[in-house]
Amino acid sequence: MQRTYEIMFIVRPDILDEDLDKLIAGLEGNITQGGGSIKSMEKLGRRKLAYMVKKFNDGNYVLLTIHADGSLVGEIERRLRVSEPVIKFISVRMDEEEKRVAKIKAIRATRKKLSAQPAAPAPAPAPVEPAAAPAATEAASA
Amino acid sequence: MADETSTPSAPSTSRPEGSGPASSGPGGRPPGGRPGGPGGGGRKFFRRKKVCKFCVEKIDAIHYRDVRLLQQFVAERGKIVPRRLTGVCTTHQRGLARAIKQARNIALLPFAARY
Repeated sequence: MQRTYEIMFIVRPDILDEDLDKLIAGLEGNITQGGGSIKSMEKLGRRKLAYMVKKFNDGNYVLLTIHADGSLVGEIERRLRVSEPVIKFISVRMDEEEKRVAKIKAIRATRKKLSAQPAAPAPAPAPVEPAAAPAATEAASA
Repeated sequence: MADETSTPSAPSTSRPEGSGPASSGPGGRPPGGRPGGPGGGGRKFFRRKKVCKFCVEKIDAIHYRDVRLLQQFVAERGKIVPRRLTGVCTTHQRGLARAIKQARNIALLPFAARY
């Protein structure tokens, strides 16, 4: 079963840019070969670590959002664990959270409509638009 | 709990009492104070009412990546600030705690800040 996962990993800071790109490309190849798909790849850049990891104080953060099976995620985790430049990683399942957020948004939208209708039936289309606009901004911020 | 529901005249006296033992280590910690910030405004109306930041600002997903947001709910030493100080509702505190723990795992937040 395909689910959405977020895999964030930290690459050691003394790696060259080409090597980092190569590493990411290799990982993406693994994901696509294993039957998954990549939704987005984001290099968050160099950041100071909150604590020392393998004697490094900064690291290159990379964020991968993928659509994959649980077994494939296990395989990716194994690869991250054995690949030497990767010093830390985390994989988080996102689909349930997304579903929950979508549900909340749907409930909020219906509630706004209900409150708008009995008060004033005529300007009903107007309140719908402001209701949609905050939802869009929330999506952007989230 | 008595502090939360205290009578209008009480907050000025109960506030230092309540915050005294809680912030014995990091005195008047800013992260705890900021979400309780509306309390300062509330005192103007003679009632301190804490509100859940996530409910008010309609932040649905508490994500481990937005360190800026999570940092407001972490004390100086890296502790998760309790709900009774920040006013966050139960549902959101649960999500918040999870996000903070995930952020700690990926070194975005410290487990314990060093001095």
